[in-house]
Amino acid sequence: MKDKADVVIIGGGATGCGTAYNLAKKGVTDVVLLERNYLCYGATGRCGGGIRQQFTTEANIKLAMESVRLFEGLSQELGIDIEYDQGGYLIITYEDEVDQFRKNVELQNKMGLKSKFISPEEAREIVPLLNIEPIAGATFCQTDGHANPFRVVQGYARKAEEMGVEISKFTEVMGIETEDDQITAVETDRGTIRTDTVVNAAGAYSRNIAAMLGIDIPNKPYRHEILVTESVEHVLDPMIISFKTGIYFSQQKCGAIIGGIGDPEEPSSYNISGGLRFLKRMARTMMELVPAFGHLNVLRQWAGSYDVTPDAQPILGWTDGVEGLCQANGYSGHGFMIAPKVTELIAELIVDGKTSMPIDDLNLRRFEGEITGEAYVVG
Amino acid sequence: MTEIVCRCEDITKKEILEAIDEGYQTLEEIKRVLRCGMGPCQGRTCTPLIAGLLARKTGKSVAEIEIPTTRPPLQPLPLVIFAGDEE
Repeated sequence: MKDKADVVIIGGGATGCGTAYNLAKKGVTDVVLLERNYLCYGATGRCGGGIRQQFTTEANIKLAMESVRLFEGLSQELGIDIEYDQGGYLIITYEDEVDQFRKNVELQNKMGLKSKFISPEEAREIVPLLNIEPIAGATFCQTDGHANPFRVVQGYARKAEEMGVEISKFTEVMGIETEDDQITAVETDRGTIRTDTVVNAAGAYSRNIAAMLGIDIPNKPYRHEILVTESVEHVLDPMIISFKTGIYFSQQKCGAIIGGIGDPEEPSSYNISGGLRFLKRMARTMMELVPAFGHLNVLRQWAGSYDVTPDAQPILGWTDGVEGLCQANGYSGHGFMIAPKVTELIAELIVDGKTSMPIDDLNLRRFEGEITGEAYVVG
Repeated sequence: MTEIVCRCEDITKKEILEAIDEGYQTLEEIKRVLRCGMGPCQGRTCTPLIAGLLARKTGKSVAEIEIPTTRPPLQPLPLVIFAGDEE
């Protein structure tokens, strides 16, 4: 491992690897990426792979729309099939959600996103197996979709390495040194790297990295469970989600259904084991929407950590009080889907000192004032 | 070299050796890069075979190769059987 670098990135998920790639693309190749485990060990490799633009805050809608534009060309750009599929997102809408969701669609439309409110019958045309009895309608956006997170990370990492970035897997950060509040080095269990710039892209563990510098970030880890079924013939185009029940599921290129459901009773912790309670809630909720899926065999279940902020929006940019510490965390369950644009912006911030899209509103310092946040957090 | 090692996902010995050469030197990584062990048998057939290939390639003993996390359910089960009773 190198003992000196222009930038050290902590975290080998979509954000870390995407940042490495985008820095290299801008000519900054003296970069080391540190990952405590293998690439994708954390939330990226555990997520459902969904790519959604239907959000409720302008910042999230913009980041997601720009990311979709980048996802559309990513297989070609990275030279790997990321299994990108724009089957849309169908957001199940129950009676008491109709007014709010119509307003959300208005905001999305105002920002140029072609989402729409549709009737239960129209929803059934998109998903013939859908049980429309309990629903009042749906919102739908055709350009939403999903991709394979392993492939995306592999693509970013491989390209970054080709351009000269060093990726050091199975390497744990033990401490970060400063002098007069300026970062000077990162200590790992495999040696020290002198650097003045660190990107904190450690997902749910970002708060521990920040704490090494005495910085308190308000992120909390929450377990989210997920399962995959056997592969069957193609029967489901869009990702189906509901914010009321917290469920989401989609069919992958290989034919498997991948889906999860949030649990309002889940306490904040680093627990990532899978449980029977989840299987039961998932089976019941999924079968209410698509009864036929009760026949699908579950192959396995697992879990990952959401890195949740008080307003469910990411923390991006420089940190007041520590020169050289760039935050890129707090995605609250939608880090993978906005990683292409976020990592481009982080690279701009580091290399050019400014970003092509304003991200000041997402700086850590926003938590000093009153908080208004993203309402669409699934699972 | 064209022998199938993972029967669920049709992964050949050649693909696995190439992945190891590319730097994926743990079973967890090979699983994520090639999908072997993600099919209906959940790696029961291929995991010992890949562990053997990995050991030989990296000069370790098979006992030193870490086995991927076993995830429930231990055999494929239809969702409907979980939907019945309350929590």
